[in-house]
Amino acid sequence: MERKIKTTGKVVGIIANLVIVDVDGPVAQNEIGFIHHPEADLMAEVIKVMGKHAYVQVFESTRGLMVGTDVVFENHMLEVTLGPGILSRNYDGLQNDLDKMEGVFLQRGNYTDPLNRDKKWAFTPLAKVGSQVIAGDWLGEVPENGMPHRIMVPFKLEGSYTIKSLVAKGSYVVDDTIAVIVDANGKELDITMVQKWPVKMPIRVYKEKPRPFKLLETGVRCIDTLNPIMVGGTGFIPGPFGTGKTVLQHAISKQAEADIVIIAACGERANEVVEIFKEFPELEDPRTGRKLMERTVIIANTSNMPVAAREASVYTAMTIGEYYRSMGLRVLLMADSTSRWAQALREMSNRLEELPGPDAFPMDLSAIVSNFYARAGFVYLNNGETASITFIGTVSPAGGNLKEPVTESTRKAARCFYGLSQARADSKRYPAIDAIDSYSKYLEYPEVQEYFNEHISKTWLDKVIVAKDLLLRGKEAMEQINILGDDGVPIEFHERFWKGELIDFVILQQDAFDKIDCSTPLVRQEYLLKSVLDVADTSFEFKGFEDVSTFFKNVINQFKQLNYSEYESDQFNGYVKAIDELVQAQKK
Amino acid sequence: MNMETQAFQTVYTKITNITKATVLLKATGVGYEEMALVHGRLAQVVKIYGNDVTLQVFSGTEGIPTNAEVVFLNHPPQLKVSDQLAGRFFNAFGDPIDGGPEVEGEIRNIGSPSVNPVRRMQPSELIATGIAGIDLNNSLVTGQKIPFFADPDQPYNQVMANVALRAQADKIILGGMGMSNDDYLFFKNVFSNAGALDRIVSFVNTTDNPPVERLLVPDMALTAAEYFAVDKKQKVLVLLTDMTLFADALSIVSNRMDQIPSKDSMPGSLYSDLARIYEKAVQFPDGGSITIIAVTTLSGGDITHAIPDNTGYITEGQLFLRRDSDIGKVIVDPFRSLSRLKQLVIGKQTRADHPQVMNAAIRLYADAANAKTKMENGFDLTDYDERTLVFAKSYSEKLLAIDVNIDVLEMLDTSWQLLCANFTKAEVGIKQEFLDKHWIEN
Ligand SMILES: Nc1ncnc2c1ncn2[C@@H]1O[C@H](COP(=O)(O)OP(=O)(O)O)[C@@H](O)[C@H]1O
Ligand SMILES: [Mg+2]
Repeated sequence: MERKIKTTGKVVGIIANLVIVDVDGPVAQNEIGFIHHPEADLMAEVIKVMGKHAYVQVFESTRGLMVGTDVVFENHMLEVTLGPGILSRNYDGLQNDLDKMEGVFLQRGNYTDPLNRDKKWAFTPLAKVGSQVIAGDWLGEVPENGMPHRIMVPFKLEGSYTIKSLVAKGSYVVDDTIAVIVDANGKELDITMVQKWPVKMPIRVYKEKPRPFKLLETGVRCIDTLNPIMVGGTGFIPGPFGTGKTVLQHAISKQAEADIVIIAACGERANEVVEIFKEFPELEDPRTGRKLMERTVIIANTSNMPVAAREASVYTAMTIGEYYRSMGLRVLLMADSTSRWAQALREMSNRLEELPGPDAFPMDLSAIVSNFYARAGFVYLNNGETASITFIGTVSPAGGNLKEPVTESTRKAARCFYGLSQARADSKRYPAIDAIDSYSKYLEYPEVQEYFNEHISKTWLDKVIVAKDLLLRGKEAMEQINILGDDGVPIEFHERFWKGELIDFVILQQDAFDKIDCSTPLVRQEYLLKSVLDVADTSFEFKGFEDVSTFFKNVINQFKQLNYSEYESDQFNGYVKAIDELVQAQKK
Repeated sequence: MNMETQAFQTVYTKITNITKATVLLKATGVGYEEMALVHGRLAQVVKIYGNDVTLQVFSGTEGIPTNAEVVFLNHPPQLKVSDQLAGRFFNAFGDPIDGGPEVEGEIRNIGSPSVNPVRRMQPSELIATGIAGIDLNNSLVTGQKIPFFADPDQPYNQVMANVALRAQADKIILGGMGMSNDDYLFFKNVFSNAGALDRIVSFVNTTDNPPVERLLVPDMALTAAEYFAVDKKQKVLVLLTDMTLFADALSIVSNRMDQIPSKDSMPGSLYSDLARIYEKAVQFPDGGSITIIAVTTLSGGDITHAIPDNTGYITEGQLFLRRDSDIGKVIVDPFRSLSRLKQLVIGKQTRADHPQVMNAAIRLYADAANAKTKMENGFDLTDYDERTLVFAKSYSEKLLAIDVNIDVLEMLDTSWQLLCANFTKAEVGIKQEFLDKHWIEN
């Protein structure tokens, strides 16, 4: 989009946040423009062009807007500003710093700088004068809340450059020139710590993107043990309202092994974002001793904020993720909820009177979702370092029906499926992940299997399969018991049912609000799975089916107490002993 | 509503198109969402294309001639706010319907901007209602937004009025949409009998009024609420009943404007439309708060319908009313009901055992439901099954029924009594420290 003079235009039509502009020159699809409403400049994005008419979606309320109002186009798409100082910020969907806005209410047209221009950063050069560099190469770094923030050759640059000069170690503001690089024609370019990037374009400054193969520990047992997600992997959590999508996502963000956590609150409740504001600054990262908030970025476009910015918010979050990934960091990206983003697309597509697809969603919904998920991943950077974006999105299926378009589209795009079940949530079996229907495609990857054999144990995956089998057989037994009655089935059916319940209560169910139970480190998960399977493996002597339930309820109760106890503490060992005694007493 | 027209305003007299809800005419200098008077009826600009302006006429277009007078009012919908609002009853336009004088005060545009999320405080103050189905299992917190999900024949307005009066709010703002005249009078009576009229402000669209007018009611109520919560730093409780009828009005308008309907013939923007209203619930930094309790009537208990479904995704839980035939009373259903903010207060502002006792009792109540199915299918019940049934019945009667009115400590103690009377410690499965403290040996 190289244009000398800015294209201007005048408003000729207004339907809610869709505005039609009569333009006097060239405009590009997705170009940003400002509508000069007398009260405030309103930011808008071109989403369709028909002859001299540009259709723009306005990121603000259009109340009071009149035809004839001037519009100026900016020669660029929706961009984010990238540089040190992004961590621990709270942005809206367009990367405005919410903390810099005055007053309690959001005023339209209030655009604030995402970065702090006055803060000095301790810069250390990483590259050498005279060496050849390309986009994404590291020129230097500054510490940002304990993370090495690499200052890179701007992603927009094409071809190769020579470093002409590089500033010495010292303290600089983000707009200081820290390097001068020269292209093949001898043209010099000043590099600062700030660059811009259009959010809808993926940042591809890496050498290779292999399939993810390393386990991402989340501390959530029914993910790590049964359907694990990998570093750089993708997953999605569909579930009817109130089944625990947000609680699960927050738990993962708090516990997972990541350098950077980015949370896109996309069209959901403002109070849930407030919860993060309140909790994250208090949570300590055991590995660094720093607060979780210091390595978190929040993109808040809550449900009452402008709909068009909702669509932008997930892209803003992903682009910031890609920026930190290019520095060699492990990014965990959460979007809650991607359905709201899809609905924003639907609202616009309807206003544009496009031919609707299923449930009035745009026809290309599936492609849009897939392209977005494809931006996550594990990469080898050009300098050989590894980095990743693990992406987990929630999906809010209309009426809880998993056959609806957003769920179906996401299923094609994401590798892990964590389906939340209404029945489990109703009976407070949290997290309500349906372990039988859910899956992790990664378990089928040979490189993942190898990783498990090497890093956990050679028997781990076999145990996981046994546990899944027990769950399935327990469910089948329950169905039989329901059809034939308690004494219409052999006693083994009751045993089978209760072994499934044992795994359900001890491994699947986990109290997100308990200090200890909320997060289970992998070693402890290994221990727990082994102990539970040992019980399930034992042959017992039962007189009647009521004995079976009494015995297993006792065992489950002891295991639950154990889950609430500090690992390997006296209390913990006490429960281990109690379980053993119960088992010995009932053994054949 | 400010309807004064000014001397220099242009009067248009040439309407070109008329539909059931809208008129179209050529006009200039018109702002989007601006109000107008069409043939003396209030209308709002919903579309501008060149000189063609489409106006939505709130009370419908019946009898409007093509040469009707159209005057633009140069402002969006507004409400005059001041302390004089207290104790008064208004229609959807904010005009008094109680025979009292016009309210004097500052003019505010309704549908104001959202609160900056970083300026919100976390809701943290428990609202005690005395109803155990709420306080024990689904505790409410100031700044929360939560609807009752109920079939039309259930006493949701009575429960809501009880909650409102016990909630110790500084102001109660009633937004009635499609309310029957009887229900309107019911609220008026309950509030005046309780001596609470001076704390109440009501905006009411009754079944006698045109349905599209309802669309203004929530914004009117919330503009008044923001005045009291922000300017006066008060604790404000907003009651919105019935949001299903509000959503129906949305669909009427969108259908008449030829928009492509999505699920259940609701507009594709239903989620955003409802969220804009519910998200006005907030705890402000300097003490004021807006709590929203709404009613969403269901048809045949179907919560997968687009209206309750979208509502559930927006609100901080829902209170599900159901008739329990075993005790012949309406209860707050512990399965489908949820207060998402309860964990901010339970076990913190209430006794520490609260979360565990609550969960254990509900789990055992679920076991009773299974036992009942078993019984209905003609199977023998085990001793455990029998005990769950006994437990469930007393639990319904003593705790879940909506006519219960006790404090939270008593609710917890009653729960322990019922647990201990019917189950063993292992069956209850509560953390040892609480068993040690509260278990009553029989
Ligand atoms: N792991 C959990 N442990 C305990 N309670 C939970 C858990 N997950 C969810 N809940 C309960 O369910 C409620 C709804 O969860 P939430 O994540 O907000 O649902 P969703 O995002 O799917 O609508 C929470 O407020 C909490 O009361
Ligand atoms: Mg959620």
